[in-house]
Amino acid sequence: MRGNKKSPYLFLAPYITLFTLFIVVPVAMAIFLSFTNFNTIETPNFVGFMNYINLLTQDEIFMQYVLPNTILFAVIVGPGGYMLSFLLAWVLAQLPKLPRTVFALIFYSPSMTAGIAMAVVWRVIFSGNQSGYANHILMTLGVINEPIIWLQDTRYILPIMIVVALWSSMGVGFLAMMSGVLNVDQTLYEAGAIDGIKNRFQELIYITIPSMKPQMLFGAVMAIVGTFNAGAIGVQLTGANPTPSYAGQLMVNHIEDYGFIRFEMGYAAALSVVLLLIIYLFATISKKLFSEA
Amino acid sequence: MAFKSSGINPTKFDVSQLKFYLFLVPFAIFMALPIIFIFNHAFKPLDELYAFPPRFFVINPTLENFQNLSQLAEQSGIPLSRYVFNSLFVTVIVVFLSLALSTLAGYALSKKQFRGKKMLLEINNTALMFVPIAVMIPRFLTVTTIGIEDTYFAHILPLVAMPVGLFLIKQFIDQIPDSLIEAAVIDGATDFKIYWKVILPLIKPAIATAAILAFQLVWNDMETSNLYTTSENMRTLAFFMNTLAAQTNVVVGQGMAAVASMIMFIPNLILFVILQSKVMNTMAHSGLK
Repeated sequence: MRGNKKSPYLFLAPYITLFTLFIVVPVAMAIFLSFTNFNTIETPNFVGFMNYINLLTQDEIFMQYVLPNTILFAVIVGPGGYMLSFLLAWVLAQLPKLPRTVFALIFYSPSMTAGIAMAVVWRVIFSGNQSGYANHILMTLGVINEPIIWLQDTRYILPIMIVVALWSSMGVGFLAMMSGVLNVDQTLYEAGAIDGIKNRFQELIYITIPSMKPQMLFGAVMAIVGTFNAGAIGVQLTGANPTPSYAGQLMVNHIEDYGFIRFEMGYAAALSVVLLLIIYLFATISKKLFSEA
Repeated sequence: MAFKSSGINPTKFDVSQLKFYLFLVPFAIFMALPIIFIFNHAFKPLDELYAFPPRFFVINPTLENFQNLSQLAEQSGIPLSRYVFNSLFVTVIVVFLSLALSTLAGYALSKKQFRGKKMLLEINNTALMFVPIAVMIPRFLTVTTIGIEDTYFAHILPLVAMPVGLFLIKQFIDQIPDSLIEAAVIDGATDFKIYWKVILPLIKPAIATAAILAFQLVWNDMETSNLYTTSENMRTLAFFMNTLAAQTNVVVGQGMAAVASMIMFIPNLILFVILQSKVMNTMAHSGLK
């Protein structure tokens, strides 16, 4: 590939132009705002690390509810959703085309239905009065005697959010991993059989996963990003931000609360930078897992 | 006796697949409930929407909700076709441009050696981690500074660069053996020819997946309508549907919201079925033999 020194930049130029303009510049601005006091109307004034210091020392809600909620949510939904995605992707790849497409569509559909559908469906299922499906079923079975106000009860909000998040975790990572499994070189399996692979599990560990590392990494990063950046769920289910007694408050809700309800944009920006650092840390760990060896 | 794998992507049903169905069907029923629910809910008359005990399936299907929605749409003064056109126009252009740009950039980032490559990748992947809402106001400022607000450019340009799409496509290009590209170079292929004749055909699964994602992001996007446009006739269907469902009272609103989400959902569904059939890459390894 001699004499082509310029060409990589030609290939990259269109993307980089728009990427810089609409993503890098805004992100840089947001990072800058995190060092200011900005109420979205007056010009921001520089306050140094004040927002970060306040976040660590004075934001009781953050320390008491938001951070533990986010971590619990992420620890369950991240790995849980990832493993579920991979498992379903792998199983679907063992089926013929027609049933595979139908199942893939069903599993992917929660990621497709935008906010409206989620709110409509789940709020009806977990409706607090007797007409809610969950209450109706539990009351018919005799498990409970009176309806539970699911979405306002601080004990149930986070678990329900976790269920809904797992339910909608078969996103683009799932699709990528499925086409990863489907496109593993078939001759590798034949060679593996000769080398003494005895069952599908060994095949999975020794052939499938190593052959689709790029997709595994993509899926992992998307799972991490998706989980930490999830926020709409709690607000849509409970219909309020902050969620009742902060029981379902996640980082993103906290950012929205400060940025768009209290109009403390500088502080909200600082929160998003902290969130970015958390995501970056986990993404780096998963990169270590999938790109080596 | 060596293990005989029945294989990935079988062509027909085999008894050995039965266990997979046993595993998948319960999951699928649970996951499909909300979709079935949306389709049923959209056709429910008012008394069934609030029936006790609640019913999942509609008994007396009615078009009442559709009529309510279209009546409300007529009152808004701008024909529905305008929103449909806006949405289709913007979505088609963004999906097409975004795929073109991501594949071009993905090729360079995966297979080329140049200065700043690692850093560029790192920036791209960090950008996709940044929580979108924090960038909303800065992005709005960018759009107004450039002076494209209230035009189609405001709908299109901010969405074309999709870090997720590039990341996905780059990951798939990584799997293409370098030897294939070297062979093409020896045969005298230009860079662009390699991109067009070697790379693109080999990453069809990635393109299909990225297209599904891009379509869905743009089609459902309300931010551009919400923030970057001021006149009603520049808004998209997603925005319109959302305001319709939100501005009415809760009782009638539930039925209309169900209709609105069904209407928004169907194009996603059709496109998914079409594109998902392209994820099998029959050529991926044949080029090496």
